[in-house]
Amino acid sequence: MTTDDGRRTTDDRRRTPQYGIRMFEPNLPRRKVMGMVWEGVALLAILLGIAMLLTLLVKVFVDGLPYLRPQFFTEFPSRFPDQAGLRSALQGSIWLMVLTALLSFPLGVGAGIYLEEFAPKNAMTRFIEINVANLAGVPSIIYGLLGLGLFVRGLGLGRSLLAGVLTMTLVILPVIIVSTREALRAVPASIREAALALGASRWEMVRDHVLVYSMGGILTGMILALSRAIGETAPLITIGALTYIAFDLRGPLDIFTVLPIQIFNWVSMPQAAFQRLAAAGIIVLLALLLTMNALAIWLRNRLQRRW
Amino acid sequence: MSTDRHQHTNLFRSDGLRRRRQWEERTVRAALLFFALVSVLTTLGIIYVLLEETVLFFRQVSFAQFFLDTRWTPLFLSQRFGIWPLVNGTVLVAAGAMLVALPLGLLAAIYMSEYASERVRRVLKPFLEILAGIPTVVYGYFALTFITPILRSVFPQTQVFNAASAAIAMGFMILPMVASLSEDALYAVPNSVREAAYALGATRWEVATQVVVPAALSGIAAAFILAVSRAIGETMIVAIAAGQQPKLTLNPLESIETMTAYIVQVSLGDTPQQSLAYKTIFAVGMMLFVMTLGMNVASYLLTRRFREVYE
Repeated sequence: MTTDDGRRTTDDRRRTPQYGIRMFEPNLPRRKVMGMVWEGVALLAILLGIAMLLTLLVKVFVDGLPYLRPQFFTEFPSRFPDQAGLRSALQGSIWLMVLTALLSFPLGVGAGIYLEEFAPKNAMTRFIEINVANLAGVPSIIYGLLGLGLFVRGLGLGRSLLAGVLTMTLVILPVIIVSTREALRAVPASIREAALALGASRWEMVRDHVLVYSMGGILTGMILALSRAIGETAPLITIGALTYIAFDLRGPLDIFTVLPIQIFNWVSMPQAAFQRLAAAGIIVLLALLLTMNALAIWLRNRLQRRW
Repeated sequence: MSTDRHQHTNLFRSDGLRRRRQWEERTVRAALLFFALVSVLTTLGIIYVLLEETVLFFRQVSFAQFFLDTRWTPLFLSQRFGIWPLVNGTVLVAAGAMLVALPLGLLAAIYMSEYASERVRRVLKPFLEILAGIPTVVYGYFALTFITPILRSVFPQTQVFNAASAAIAMGFMILPMVASLSEDALYAVPNSVREAAYALGATRWEVATQVVVPAALSGIAAAFILAVSRAIGETMIVAIAAGQQPKLTLNPLESIETMTAYIVQVSLGDTPQQSLAYKTIFAVGMMLFVMTLGMNVASYLLTRRFREVYE
């Protein structure tokens, strides 16, 4: 397309590659195929994660199952893998879980209730909220250093179970606060307004209505937080929980160990037999976690309401 | 219980009861406020404990020794306090974990948010949640007894304890977190944006990667930063699988030591509690706290400041 005197038209110029402008070519079949390929890749990414999970579970079960005998639960740790068990670790984990639950439930749920139902919208409330969000992101081992400085040394609790319970309570507190607030938020405002309209005070409204209806969600969050607590290792190592305990735990001031620390101790041993003991310990830990999660799901289905 | 309530209504005008209710209301409110303030006290406690010991540490060790030396040997006779080898190990493992978690996590999020039907999501999501709920000590076991042997058969020069195997295990541990947070960000992009792109003739993948992902970029970036912060603070995987040799290296097949693993090493050892070597764990903890705090704040600001707002 040239004019009579040989000059190119603007239309022609647009088509010429050296000007860097080309006509749009739909090329749809190729783009669609590329899209499908990438969709496959994306699905593969998820499947890879799931495959990793299954491999991990299979590996742990193959390694650990032969050691999962009755005496594994009733014996104390030992230098001889065949006689070693996790009696003291199991006791420690269960005690730790129960005491941490007793302490963190009122603290966490109370803080959640305050922030959701009572707190005025002011600078201090915002400060507390940012604080909770930030604490959720602090590495758990830092809580261990806090527990070491504050509870083990400051309060003179030593390497006792109580120091562990206090430390672990602080670790899971942000989780409980966040899940409590979510559960409370799920209760519609009309319920609150109805209670207040009938003359209830704010606390009566919360205690007799909002809290009752959101208890399912709160307990679910609580159990999930506790399942995090029994898997945590680093903060307890830092406060000095021991790895070798050969007597029964009798009270909160006794020294203690827990399942993940016992597992860590066995993993760190060079002999292969101890690694298999570690795998057996992991099976017990995972079974405990699975039970708690099943309980949480059951509670959620049982107690949670839809509005 | 219910008859009791009725009597209360009858007595409603009595001054005694009103005063009792007001008292109860005020007490409860004060108690709940105190519970909420425990979180503030926790933060103050962390800062106080770390600062106190770190100050004592820096009375004996100068900043130059801490920040300019290249060797970290507080447990040896010839003590050196250069923090960089520990930072190097930490960053090396965290970077490796991100190489696994970021691409896989983002792809997983795109699939979940843009492709998967509700039914598929309901099947896949629990698996990712389980992956996130497995204790880190289990990942450590897996890294040492499964990933390391595979690495050693592929690269024979791999050391028994190495950064790569810890990084891979950590990557899979963090993957669900990246996926879930990124998915939230993608999900928040309104459908009108997608529909506009479709109307212009884009394919599904083009809509996802050239329109939705850029629109959700600040949320995705915030998720990535949180994931890095999590990787830096992760302890048990590296304590089990990455070794105890603080050194300056970029070779992931070598044994290294991270800041967190060092704290565990000292906690388990028989270092006397009043010694200088023991104070190092608080100085290292302070460094760790400052690094993760910085990233958490950056992530928070990113979601707040640069959020794309749609009606």
